[in-house]
Amino acid sequence: MLNNDKSTNTTTNGDARNVRPHHSFFSDWIGVAPFFIFTLFFIVLPSVGLVSRAFQDNAGNFTLQNFANLFTREILSSYWISIRISFTTAVAGGLLGFLMAYAITVGKLPAGGRSVILTFSGVASNFAGVPLAFAFVATMGRTGMITVLLKNVFHINIYNMGFNLYSFLGLSLTYTFFQFPLMILVITPALDGLKTDWREAAENLGASQGTYLRKVMLPILTPSILGGMILLFGNSFGAYATAYSLTGGFLNLITIMVGAQIKGDVLYNPGLGYALAVGMVIVMLIMMIFYYLLRQRSERWLRK
Amino acid sequence: MKRGSFWSWLWVAIGGLYFFLPLLSTFDFSLRAKKGILTFVAYENIFKDPQFWSTIRFSLVIALFTVFFSILLVVPTVYWIRLRLPQLRMLVEFISMLSYVIPAIVLVFGLIRVFSGSPFYLTNSYFGTYVLLVAAYVVLTLPFSFRAIDTGMSAIDVRSLTEAAQSLGAGWGTILFRVIFPNLKVAILSSVFLTLATVIGEYTMASFIIGLKSFGPYMSLVGQNKTYESSSITIISFLMTWALMMVIQLFNRTKANNGTHSGGR
Repeated sequence: MLNNDKSTNTTTNGDARNVRPHHSFFSDWIGVAPFFIFTLFFIVLPSVGLVSRAFQDNAGNFTLQNFANLFTREILSSYWISIRISFTTAVAGGLLGFLMAYAITVGKLPAGGRSVILTFSGVASNFAGVPLAFAFVATMGRTGMITVLLKNVFHINIYNMGFNLYSFLGLSLTYTFFQFPLMILVITPALDGLKTDWREAAENLGASQGTYLRKVMLPILTPSILGGMILLFGNSFGAYATAYSLTGGFLNLITIMVGAQIKGDVLYNPGLGYALAVGMVIVMLIMMIFYYLLRQRSERWLRK
Repeated sequence: MKRGSFWSWLWVAIGGLYFFLPLLSTFDFSLRAKKGILTFVAYENIFKDPQFWSTIRFSLVIALFTVFFSILLVVPTVYWIRLRLPQLRMLVEFISMLSYVIPAIVLVFGLIRVFSGSPFYLTNSYFGTYVLLVAAYVVLTLPFSFRAIDTGMSAIDVRSLTEAAQSLGAGWGTILFRVIFPNLKVAILSSVFLTLATVIGEYTMASFIIGLKSFGPYMSLVGQNKTYESSSITIISFLMTWALMMVIQLFNRTKANNGTHSGGR
């Protein structure tokens, strides 16, 4: 019986049909199976876990109460301060990053400047978290170099003037350190995509440099610039390490609230904690939808 | 033209100051551990601390495992969707980008709540927490490792290479490891070093899953307890990031600088 089976197998293997690459449904999917299994476990499962728990009360019954509970002053204000910091640093970092990227692409800078700035942008955009917070304490903390310099040389005591590193402004300044380099990295390809033909065509039609900027370049670049700023927004909205090591828990950012909830049930209602986290993802999803809409618009122009 | 040049220099100068002043201040501060003189004693103290070496070794090992599994996961997947399942490209890209949408702090929240309970109990053993941390890092670095490998793969003719190898009698293992991987060397290496730069000093996930064993939480501990050492370790960590980025730059010299960023922390 066993021998018989084997011999039939050998004959089928010898079939011409099976020797040639045969694309069965199974063999096609086996190649991507590890990826889907991995992401199922480590992306989908945790997300579904949070979402489903956000819709449960303490007894495990379905409820919308957790989301209704988000609308208290304390929780709304922590979303609001996170959104404000992200917005501020996205716009400020986005503008500075765009202007620098403009300088190294369209602006007349020596060729070596470009690669140096791109390298530093790679370093700075990755230099976030704990050490970044320490660096800003050494710079603008109470005994930081800039603070002391302003006090001793210019007799300006920024801390008497209401500045505090552990505040909205201080955290925004710190975040901008990794925000503008990210903008440089994101926007440089878009600036590289500007075709010289367009400028020449505009000049031939009698456009001045200003007209070209206003009527040709900015309309083309606006979707990319806004898209880049949205990425920056998300980048600082989800940042936890920098804020936590800088402020401890002084500033009630939404990430700090979620972090406290992981350590223990600080809200005295686990369901509310899950709703808090799901709310963050909803904010991010809205941002990403905008991003994709803008990216589609900008890709229309940058197609080769 | 002169005017344009002036503004260009101005913005670059502002950006340069923004970048260098914090580093300069930190470096200056790190040398002031003794009153009145400049000294490297804050650096010596870090290098003498056995916990510095043990945490950095631990984080390096975790980072290497992350690199290993993420390459092993991403390269065959991207290869396969290019060869056989192009209709899945959008879906796989979307999944890879999800960790931009799910902030690290939210992901780690979900991971801990799901995997600490039944049936996994991953947080009950050291080994389980290592598995969880490596998996979390693979997810965290998925957006840029996917993009780097995908870009690299688009530059080579996957189909012809595969058919050529098949006609010479190569099996799938040979094709992947001896044909596809070598052709993707640049893409793989730049994704490897970006992963290292992201993972070694990572704080958010490490602090909740592993705690003080890893380098990020150790830096945080130094900052809480020691004044000058917090500056010297910042400089050390900066130099490590910088060195890793320089390596990427070496690989990418001919290419546009794309995707050298890992997301907010």
